[in-house]
Amino acid sequence: MTRRGDTAGGPAHEAGRWHLRGVRPLGGDPVDLLLDGGIIAEAGRDLSAVGATVLDADGLVALPGLVDLHTHLREPGREDAETVASGTRAAALGGFTTVFAMANTEPVADTAGVVEQVWRLGRDAGHCDVRPVGAVTEGLRGTRLAELGAMASSAAAVRVFSDDGNCVSDAVLMRRALEYVKAFDGVIAQHAQEPRLTEDAQMNEGAVSARLGLPGWPAAAEEAIIARDALLAGHVGSRLHVCHVSTAGSVELLRWAKSKGWRVTAEVTPHHLLLTDDLVTSFDPVYKVNPPLRTAADVAALRAGLADGTIDCIATDHAPHAPQDKETEWMAARPGMVGLETALSIAIMTMLETGLLDWAGLADRMSVAPGRIGGLPGGLTGGRANALAGGQAGGQAGGHHHPPVAGSRPSRAAAHDVHPAGAGALSLSAGAVANLVLVDPVARWTVDAGALASRGRNTPYAGRKLPGRVQATFLRGRPTVLDGKIA
Amino acid sequence: MMRHLLSTQDLGRDDALLVLDTAEYMATVAGRSVKKLPTLRGRTVVNLFFEDSTRTRTSFELAAKRLSADVINFSVRGSSVSKGESLKDTAQTLEAMGADAVVCRHPASGAPHRLAAWVRGSVLNAGDGIHEHPTQALLDAFTIRRRLGRVEGLSVTIVGDVLHSRVARSNVWLLSTLGASVTVVAPPTLVPVGVEQWPVAVSYDLDAVLPTSDVVMMLRVQRERMTAAFFPTEREYSRRYGLDADRLAAMPPSALVMHPGPMVRGMEIASDVADSTRSTVVEQVANGVSVRMAVLYLLLGGTREVP
Ligand SMILES: [Zn+2]
Ligand SMILES: [Zn+2]
Repeated sequence: MTRRGDTAGGPAHEAGRWHLRGVRPLGGDPVDLLLDGGIIAEAGRDLSAVGATVLDADGLVALPGLVDLHTHLREPGREDAETVASGTRAAALGGFTTVFAMANTEPVADTAGVVEQVWRLGRDAGHCDVRPVGAVTEGLRGTRLAELGAMASSAAAVRVFSDDGNCVSDAVLMRRALEYVKAFDGVIAQHAQEPRLTEDAQMNEGAVSARLGLPGWPAAAEEAIIARDALLAGHVGSRLHVCHVSTAGSVELLRWAKSKGWRVTAEVTPHHLLLTDDLVTSFDPVYKVNPPLRTAADVAALRAGLADGTIDCIATDHAPHAPQDKETEWMAARPGMVGLETALSIAIMTMLETGLLDWAGLADRMSVAPGRIGGLPGGLTGGRANALAGGQAGGQAGGHHHPPVAGSRPSRAAAHDVHPAGAGALSLSAGAVANLVLVDPVARWTVDAGALASRGRNTPYAGRKLPGRVQATFLRGRPTVLDGKIA
Repeated sequence: MMRHLLSTQDLGRDDALLVLDTAEYMATVAGRSVKKLPTLRGRTVVNLFFEDSTRTRTSFELAAKRLSADVINFSVRGSSVSKGESLKDTAQTLEAMGADAVVCRHPASGAPHRLAAWVRGSVLNAGDGIHEHPTQALLDAFTIRRRLGRVEGLSVTIVGDVLHSRVARSNVWLLSTLGASVTVVAPPTLVPVGVEQWPVAVSYDLDAVLPTSDVVMMLRVQRERMTAAFFPTEREYSRRYGLDADRLAAMPPSALVMHPGPMVRGMEIASDVADSTRSTVVEQVANGVSVRMAVLYLLLGGTREVP
């Protein structure tokens, strides 16, 4: 990737005019994109753009900027583990233009004051948009609703609420939360973990836990909550989003809930699409995560569920930890893995290289669908955003799930269709907000935990060679990443 | 021989037999008037105990001293796991002390595995959480072999809280490696999910299994399990799974009764059964020292030859 032109060397934080030459939108045929004034001003072959910085992006795949519905930025409270600035640098390097920052900070993001603080920190850092998630209950304690309306009408405009880290296990409280957020089209993102069934739980309950003597976290503890919450969401007509689905049984339940027409969406993490519980045999807490790594059969079901649209999107559950919280015996270690900088590579490895999704499908699962669930402007354009991603998985914003057929393999023609009439933030067409990522699809890179932009070193992929490298990320026409480095 | 003894699951048959054969020799030392070998003179063995266990610590200490090693007892209260000094800091301290072997007892499963990654010396797992207790299994196998002449081909029944027992896990792997057929007997609540993958038969009916058992190994059952709904009452547990005189009579005349201790008399084992001639409880303690001598010798002595 080389660059030349008038504005090269100018202030990196200005949007300026960018002429991206030879990019392949959604993996389709090469075109040029002209970014100007924060939008995609033109898209077409052999554009000539006087005064623009030219980026030779031959062969790079262009995707709409990735959206992560589930990021732990740790600020305020655990700035030794991550800050909004370090976490959003990691996000930009991973191709993300928006991250949803989870509420389990210290203090908890359960008031308008805290969510506005996080939102401002994100805006000031400028690496990607930070959309704070509000806590469902005060202090994540699961007893009283937090002031959801105040957070919704704050400058942070919160739409996603979650007690993530904890499950909203009280059925009545969960029902009320689901109902209450309808007033501002909010969604409750549930960390599905029945607490009594998982006291002291350390890993997936099964053959490996039996052998290792680690208390088990049964699949049923996740599935029981998903079943209950889907029924509640159906009953009151509310939106439920299920965080980090990890079991084959959960996929079946989601398929059933969607078949009823209920407004239920779900995410899966990159690590649950790849890693399995036999890794715990090493007792290395880098593999400790909540929900835990499951079996190969679960991994296969999650991939299939993501391919057919039963699971709507990939979310990282990026969970950085200070070294002393991981360099311990397994049972004392905190659960979680960093994931922002490796998410796209793991998605390519598990979904693209396996033929389960093409680039358009990947763009849907990592940008369009999470944006729609999180209430981002581009995500609400419905049909237009869908056209971008090959027309699949449409209609869910309206609350009805179409049979899961599209999305797996949109036609080549659909992938070429980069000129839909739309102006969303998650589109690559002319007039769209210029949030996009350029990926080198053939590059492979080796993960060096010490070289991550995240303060967390807890990556399970250290030393692994991964496919796909983010070369550039643009946020409203301004590069946040160039040549694979923070711009 | 391997560098560490962390688990019996990765202990091969040849290595296991080597430990048992070496322990036979070590047992002869105990019969001498001077019960000491010069083998580990100048070597340092650290007993690193994060959990109180006078029995196990004393056994390792005696074993190391009989081999002329310098012994350091390093006790850390279990509560310091999450506060205070971390396991990694402790490992660095042991490195500075020049520990050749670290005998580690820890309430968390897998802690000795972590320790092994952080120290240069050999790590001996002296019991980690509900994971493993390899020297207990080796001494149990040693005791069986001494009493019955072999392990291969025997039917060994392990009874009690299998779910929470590191002794059960280590014995399951070791005894099946040595050719015994193992049956675990417990109320279904105390059998782990995933037991289907173990090389064992599972029964919920003790009386059905006793007549064909050559060895019956009783596990301690903690009273706290009752409050966590693993079984309704102590009395019901004892009736269904306790070893009393009637059940002892149902076993073949030569069959052994074993218990790793400490026993809860009247719960899993009746007092007269524990004290009967069929019980190996006291021998197990004595054999523990011989087996631990053998393990220390093999891990630190470096040769496969019996001295
Ligand atoms: Zn969670
Ligand atoms: Zn999370």
